[in-house]
Amino acid sequence: MTHVALFLSFLIFGSTGGEIAITRGMKATGEPGRLRPKEMLQFLGRALCNGWFWAGVPLMALSFYALLLLLSWEPISFVIPASALSYVVGTIGAKYILGEQISAARWAGVVLVCAGVALVALG
Amino acid sequence: MATEGRLRVKTLVMVCAMVVCANVGDLMLKRAMLQIGAVQLSETGLAHAFRMTVSSGTLWVGIIFLCGFMLSYMTVLSWADYSYVMPAGAFGYALLTFFAVIFLHEAVSPRRWVGVVLICVGVLLVGQTKPRTTAVAREALA
Repeated sequence: MTHVALFLSFLIFGSTGGEIAITRGMKATGEPGRLRPKEMLQFLGRALCNGWFWAGVPLMALSFYALLLLLSWEPISFVIPASALSYVVGTIGAKYILGEQISAARWAGVVLVCAGVALVALG
Repeated sequence: MATEGRLRVKTLVMVCAMVVCANVGDLMLKRAMLQIGAVQLSETGLAHAFRMTVSSGTLWVGIIFLCGFMLSYMTVLSWADYSYVMPAGAFGYALLTFFAVIFLHEAVSPRRWVGVVLICVGVLLVGQTKPRTTAVAREALA
């Protein structure tokens, strides 16, 4: 059971950590001027040169492999609802690491989405 | 005010692109793997599966959609809050349930419908908030 808890934490913190790093990278990259092929290629080039983007990739890979291992040990009806906790962890990370302002409405929405994903996965 | 509205519309468009690309990509991968069949965990089995996957058109279509997801995800995060985009992306779970009922005529349990309603209400609540609450870099090459 300890290894399940350990890999579940890898899954949740790996995915949220990776996404937060990529978000920081994208914010530093700046938004594309227009959504046209030339501007999008320039945007992609700038993003791929950002260190935060590349810090996020191995964290997301870690969470992906943790997901595969968890799915080999536990039923999907446990793994996906448990991983829905990443919505709450991600919101806490967004507030304290990215400095985003989380209003009461946004918190309520995140908690409802988290519960909804868990129920959908339980089927 | 007009800028706020424009920001909301372009965020909505990108989140929709994200959700559609992710779900179509996943469905294409699933269809491709069903066509290929169960992979045997042996040297010849893995080699056969590798040949089948790289030559599967359906799989490549799925990969193109997943690249589209990654690009739209990166683009929307360049201006919108992570805590706005992340829950909004969960709308895909609700969309998949609707697709399963409409196109595959699957029976969906009441518990799952409750989950879909919670996701939709949650996404609507998040959607009411400001898409961006932090300062953002303008286009570096502007």
